[in-house]
Amino acid sequence: MNSLLLLIPAALSLGLVGLVAFLWALRSGQFDDLDGAAQRILFDDVDRPDKKGD
Amino acid sequence: MSIAAQALAASGAVAPAASACAHCGAVLAADRERFCCAGCAAAYGIVCDLGLDRFYRSRTAQDGALRPDPEAEAIDYAAYVTGDAAGHSTLHLMVEGINCAACVWLIESVLAREPDVIEGRINVATRRLVVRWEGPAWDARRHVRRLAALGFRLIPFDPRRLAAAEQGAEREILRSMAVAGFAAGNVMLLSVSVWAGHGEMGPATRDLMHWVSALIALPAIAYAGRPFFRSALEALRAGRTNMDVPISIGVLLAAGMSLFETVTSGATAYFDSAVTLLFFLLAGRYLDVRARGRARAAAENLLTLAAKSVTVLDPDGGMRAVPAQAVMAGATVLVAAGERFGVDGRIIDGRSDVDTSLVTGESVPAVAGPGSSVFAGMVNLTAPVRMTVTATGEGTLLAEIVRLMEAASRGRGRFVALADRVARAYAPAVHALAALTFLGWYGIIGASAHDALLTAIAVLIITCPCALGLAVPVVQVVASGRLLRNGILLKSATALERLAGVDTVVFDKTGTLTVGRPELCADQARSAEDQCLAASIAASSRHPLARALHRACPDTAPLAGVAEHPGRGLSLADGSDEIRLGSRAFCGIAAEAASDGGPELWLGRPGRPPVRFEFTDALRRDAAEIVQALRARGLDVRLLSGDRTPVVADIARQAGIDLWQGECTPARKAAELAALRAQGRHVFMVGDGLNDAPALDAADVSASPATAADVCQTTADIVFQGDRLAPVREVLDVARRSRRLVSQNLVLALSYNLAAVPLAILGYVTPLVAAVAMSSSSVIVIGNALRLARPGRGA
Repeated sequence: MNSLLLLIPAALSLGLVGLVAFLWALRSGQFDDLDGAAQRILFDDVDRPDKKGD
Repeated sequence: MSIAAQALAASGAVAPAASACAHCGAVLAADRERFCCAGCAAAYGIVCDLGLDRFYRSRTAQDGALRPDPEAEAIDYAAYVTGDAAGHSTLHLMVEGINCAACVWLIESVLAREPDVIEGRINVATRRLVVRWEGPAWDARRHVRRLAALGFRLIPFDPRRLAAAEQGAEREILRSMAVAGFAAGNVMLLSVSVWAGHGEMGPATRDLMHWVSALIALPAIAYAGRPFFRSALEALRAGRTNMDVPISIGVLLAAGMSLFETVTSGATAYFDSAVTLLFFLLAGRYLDVRARGRARAAAENLLTLAAKSVTVLDPDGGMRAVPAQAVMAGATVLVAAGERFGVDGRIIDGRSDVDTSLVTGESVPAVAGPGSSVFAGMVNLTAPVRMTVTATGEGTLLAEIVRLMEAASRGRGRFVALADRVARAYAPAVHALAALTFLGWYGIIGASAHDALLTAIAVLIITCPCALGLAVPVVQVVASGRLLRNGILLKSATALERLAGVDTVVFDKTGTLTVGRPELCADQARSAEDQCLAASIAASSRHPLARALHRACPDTAPLAGVAEHPGRGLSLADGSDEIRLGSRAFCGIAAEAASDGGPELWLGRPGRPPVRFEFTDALRRDAAEIVQALRARGLDVRLLSGDRTPVVADIARQAGIDLWQGECTPARKAAELAALRAQGRHVFMVGDGLNDAPALDAADVSASPATAADVCQTTADIVFQGDRLAPVREVLDVARRSRRLVSQNLVLALSYNLAAVPLAILGYVTPLVAAVAMSSSSVIVIGNALRLARPGRGA
């Protein structure tokens, strides 16, 4: 019975971590172009000349 | 789609199959070796010079779409560039011509090689490209030219014009779904332990589980249920009922009753059912919104095509680019050769040929001089003209057509989607059933009010239309995804449902059944030498007939010294004589020479008999086959055109259409469709011209090719890409198959309820039974819908 007091909060907080991660990903626009993400993984990195960062 | 890293790593250009163009992949004519045109050869050179030639090995689609268009319209890109304080410029573009992932890679790589480009990124789903670079706005032209030279067509747009509100709705549903999913998983974890410990778990532990479940589920329901509660409230306020009403009532009652049970230390709590239900429904709602979002993005891309600027001449002689909608009546506008008229007006200076096909359906250009009226949508072909903008308000042709369209759509009436019709009958039935259950247990059998209420709520939970909420959207998402892959955009959510019931198909001629541009007819009597001479003269003109002539002999270089006489033809000084290429009168040919009234050019040389070049607006390659296929499906196929009767008769004969009419005005077309509908027919209209727009609106459902006038693409329910008519057949087949699947899904969902409701009424539905029944019915409905995605079925 005592183990439940530990395990239920543990399960919930793990779930919350996942939820927060998803909401963060959503907010940062990672779900805006699902098709593109699926295809970009197949490209080699474009070799870019030296540039100043964004 | 698979790009092996191995293949990518290999270097050196490899020529593709000998019969296809090395750049665009189009089938080569017998006399060509590697490239179909000079543009493709240049593009291939650019790609190889940049070391990006692996593009040609990794791409998966080659259909000739990537052929650079030397006549691409010049747009003032700088007007669409936004700058920031750091000296960076940003341009948003819509890209046409992306076939596969390799195209995305190529565009991004080409931009990355430009030293000043900071970011060049494509959103594959919406086909939109964002380019950011260091430097002034006019660098835009250089970047755009680079991509245009590779065969991609780029159209600038203003992102602020695109609605952001709908995107917000999509995100809200996704957030709600995440919360509901989190809650469903955790509550289910606790519920399973309650079910598993049935009989052994002490009441204190069970109550703890229920309390924890309540703490997770109640906030989650309050948050994730908002889309449904809002829609249900709106419907109830308007005195209607929709699918969201039984959903909201079911979820709220289940949560309320479970809370009551928890507080009173009861044995049964339905928190898991309530949250899982919300999760599944949100999944369905998300699919629905996403499918609509794609359709909307497509429509927005089309709308941005209208975002063109016109060149206004100020009284002091200055020139400035002004968006077409901001031009005042009375202003003087300069229209360059090859440019589309952005506004209605009257020509004050200059003579030119005007392509009126989008407005009138006429395939031969008209001659325009001072005093001629021109309308937005026409193309100025041969010489620059100045024009005065006439009334911009209600007097314009466009406004007239818009009025006709409004009148036509009022006649269409409101189409009620199948799911809504089911919901209208379903919600009252379910609520009556729950009420009867309560009365039966309480009044007749004599159970306690508490037990009778529990049973009645169990009925509501089990009948909550989870599978019904998924039955239609899942099929629509699968269908629109399948169509999108074939270049068909569904703009309206109910288009497929309306399409499944059509029995009459009406085609327009120019640009719909035909390609919409003239092609040179073969003629044995003509020598190749004459044709080459004519083509080399024609090469310097933008007149569609001259372009067709040059297309027939693409290798001929333009001759120097060709003078253009707008409305008449071209001339070339040849010593003291003059070679003329142009109209019958221009070349001095007597009127009695044979003619069928079709478009023609004459080549006149001193001392030699004139040579005639005849042109025809050819049928789309598969037009006759598609007409045949539509008839085989029991559809009545008709042709309504604004062009001259003999031309229409000829095209109708070639396409195998018996019922046709020529010389139809826009109003006549719309009236014709209204008459067909008055006979009880369901009409599918396919058209592309401005003159078709009212008819497209008057039909039950309508389609336009992607080359159509902007206003048509905005009006049509379906827009298809490519130079074939096959999408018309494909979309009809998918629509009919979708309707079958939707009906099957509705029957499946309803039969599930029919099987489960008696159990619920008898009081046998425990929380476990409810959870299993709901989840499995949803999964079965989704599985059935996915059958549509299987290739080879329903096509």
